Amino acid sequence: MSTHPLIDELVRTFKAEGRIVIVGASLAGLRGAEALRDEGFTGSLTIIGDEVHEPYDRPPLSKQVLKGWVPAGNTKLPRLRAIDADWRLGVAATGLDRDNREVLLANGDKVPYDRLLIATGVRSRAWFNPEERKLKGLYTLRTSDDAARIQEAFKARPKRVLIVGAGFIGSEMASVCRDLGLDVTVAERSSAPLVGPLGGVIGDIAAKMQRDAGVDLRTGVAVEALKGDADGHVRQAQLSDGTLLDVDVVVASLGSIRNVEWLEGADLASGFWGVACDAGCRAFDINGVVTDNIFVAGDIARAPHVLYEYQFMAIEHVDAAVLGAQTAAHNMVHLERGRRPHLPLPQFWSGQFGVNIKGVGVCSFGDEIVFTQGSVEDLRFAAAFGKNGRIVGAITFNHGKWLEYYGRLIERSAPFPPPPAGYDVPANSEPMSARFPDPREPTGIPDVVLTGHDPTSRGAEFRPKAR
Amino acid sequence: MTTAETAWTEAMKYENRHDPYRFFDELRKTPVVQVADRVYVVTGYRELLQLAHDPHVSSDISKSPISAQPAHTKPDVGAEHMTAYGREPSLIVSDPAKHDKQRRQVMRHFAPPHSPDVIPNMAADIQKLCNDSLDGIKAGIKGPGGGTFDVVDDYAYPVPVAVICQILGVPLKDEPTFHGWIFDFMAGADMGPDAKTDEGQARLAKGKESTAALTAYMRDLIEGFLSEPQDSVLSKLVNDKDGPDGPMTPKEAAANALLLLIAGHDSTVNTIAHCVLTLLRNPESIELLHEKPELIPKAIEEVLRLQSAVQFFPSRSVTADIAVGGTVIPAGSAVHLLYGAANRDPKRFPEPEKFDIQRPDNQHVGWGRGVHSCVGGPLARLEVNIALETFLRRVENPRLVVDPPPYRVNQVFRGPLHLDVSFDRITD
Repeated sequence: MSTHPLIDELVRTFKAEGRIVIVGASLAGLRGAEALRDEGFTGSLTIIGDEVHEPYDRPPLSKQVLKGWVPAGNTKLPRLRAIDADWRLGVAATGLDRDNREVLLANGDKVPYDRLLIATGVRSRAWFNPEERKLKGLYTLRTSDDAARIQEAFKARPKRVLIVGAGFIGSEMASVCRDLGLDVTVAERSSAPLVGPLGGVIGDIAAKMQRDAGVDLRTGVAVEALKGDADGHVRQAQLSDGTLLDVDVVVASLGSIRNVEWLEGADLASGFWGVACDAGCRAFDINGVVTDNIFVAGDIARAPHVLYEYQFMAIEHVDAAVLGAQTAAHNMVHLERGRRPHLPLPQFWSGQFGVNIKGVGVCSFGDEIVFTQGSVEDLRFAAAFGKNGRIVGAITFNHGKWLEYYGRLIERSAPFPPPPAGYDVPANSEPMSARFPDPREPTGIPDVVLTGHDPTSRGAEFRPKAR
Repeated sequence: MTTAETAWTEAMKYENRHDPYRFFDELRKTPVVQVADRVYVVTGYRELLQLAHDPHVSSDISKSPISAQPAHTKPDVGAEHMTAYGREPSLIVSDPAKHDKQRRQVMRHFAPPHSPDVIPNMAADIQKLCNDSLDGIKAGIKGPGGGTFDVVDDYAYPVPVAVICQILGVPLKDEPTFHGWIFDFMAGADMGPDAKTDEGQARLAKGKESTAALTAYMRDLIEGFLSEPQDSVLSKLVNDKDGPDGPMTPKEAAANALLLLIAGHDSTVNTIAHCVLTLLRNPESIELLHEKPELIPKAIEEVLRLQSAVQFFPSRSVTADIAVGGTVIPAGSAVHLLYGAANRDPKRFPEPEKFDIQRPDNQHVGWGRGVHSCVGGPLARLEVNIALETFLRRVENPRLVVDPPPYRVNQVFRGPLHLDVSFDRITD
């Protein structure tokens, strides 16, 4: 018998009669819904998504789909169980009324909730010039529809594709272009591909992979303008080094923007960084006070991570979305003592230029790198990232079967550099600077200001940016 | 002797071959424990996973203290036999980068992405071989009242051996010859106390002789492929001019050919036999599979958990001190990863002794883990699936004649020597 029959009764009633709304109908939203039913939640469940499609898998979009192996519509996520939900697809959430506990929809509907799961994720950053944005032949990649359009464009065998931005997605798309025998130019502002997540040492290796595959890789340049023909189709790109490039297809791969606009005015700790939450997936309000009924999962969630000095981090990886959603679901139907933390060990992968890249931890948290196993020259190696004498991340190129070893070291905050392997030790196994970009570059304008002087009146205020 | 040493000796004794697991349970009280001078065994699931991925655990048999001991005192003649997969070490007893290169060279002609059709293309032949075996048994029945057959010799063995011969390009007509050699090789590799008996010594001597014959046979076969290339894995292995790693040297190819021939059928035989044995010990599971044949793949994985086809592989040693499961394994020690024991770790598998076809989250280590995980897994899965499905569909009312059945000598490649099953009828 519980010593708190009243509270237990509340939990039972909530599980039977509560109303849960999930905003976001992608991986985190779907897995969260399934987990809620697994947890014995039998109340009403509503899933809201701005896309008309049922939840689908995104990683294949930049790989198998663009290559033409799999139609864009064929990556639906497997359903792990029946969820008996009210699906509101194709209608975006436009607002959150916390006083009345309602999600406001684009069509004017209001959906009441007792508990809310925010899983609205990210979208791709649009081309910066609104006029040029209208050009035909200019694409971004995030959704299944995006992938279908780019696949069409690749299939028409353009004379040259320009990829702007050499992060993981941009690099994967360039790889697909080469597989399809398309001429492709990649323009990257920094010194090499993948520098943001993996640093300059790995970036140089990625650059060589691209060039060896026949990619016209141009680093240290920005694309300043796009020029169209009379039909409004993109034909040329103006680079910051003065080059004018003839192109028929441009894919802007400029990173992502978090879908937080609908939360404006809801007084949550939301902004360009996502929605801040605790390790139990509960959202913080604008003052940094934890909320009771609003939970966050997926790419949009930013929580303190025990392994990384408790810094708030958004872990934008597939398994973090799944595990975060499951933890959020669990905590939505449990009370304090039954709750559990979401403490993901970040894991990610990419496939490009015939190389399987797999990583663990947060490599960019480190400042040093050491090659630990294999051969860089043969593109089969493992490398560890360190900070302050401990391992914080690891990356493998065609060496993914070793990843578990590094994951374990990271979980235990093991010393950096790790002891030399018993065999297959790389030619250069001395730690060196990982060459990450300087973090002191300004990242954006603050959206929140502190107001009030009296302790009782002191609080944060949301200042929407002029749009 | 310590308790662990005694448990290990008992587990390796022939008389306990049908059930080493109770001794593994005893060993697991210390998940990583010393069982002999410079020999450690790992019985805990988490501990095994940690070591299977640690680059300070070497599979290079020449680094193992076991291979350094003089022959007459060797507790572990198995290891020597493993080396004798040809004079060159094969990939299973090698470390990266050599292992990785050889594995790439093999996989190129055997599996995706370069050879995606080799395994699926065997499905029709496997089905036919299974049916032919049962047809042969059926034809041999005299009069009414059903009959009896040996699942090992009459069913589980003929199918995989024919399949691997076809894939590798080993003439099936030579099977009667190399069958005996492989049997001797396996019987000679006794890691237990029985090896010290006169019979054990005789088996060892015979095993050495047969291994030499096998090695010579493989060398000749490979030589033949060099002058007359064929459409088979072994021939392509030594004639590959297009791959990034080039052709394998004839010596390396002979070593790996021996490995692929033996590992390519022997564990499959044991798994098919253990599948039948386990199902017949749990008749309600047969009903379940008749109702839901789509559960057969899960049933096979559960059998592999309970009766891991390779119980451990005795070539590993540690290149540095490793702290694991509360024990420090000193650098240079041999370490046996006991898959069959880790698969019954109650900390990982609730009610580990229970045969539960629908066991959730059955991430057993029966295929190994890390860079040495089973090369032939996809082929074995296909073979065992078809063999088991066909057995369940065609053999009416099968019953065990002897339980436990007699086992083979070998501890590593552990399986029944014979498995007699009686039945009412074999349907068409």
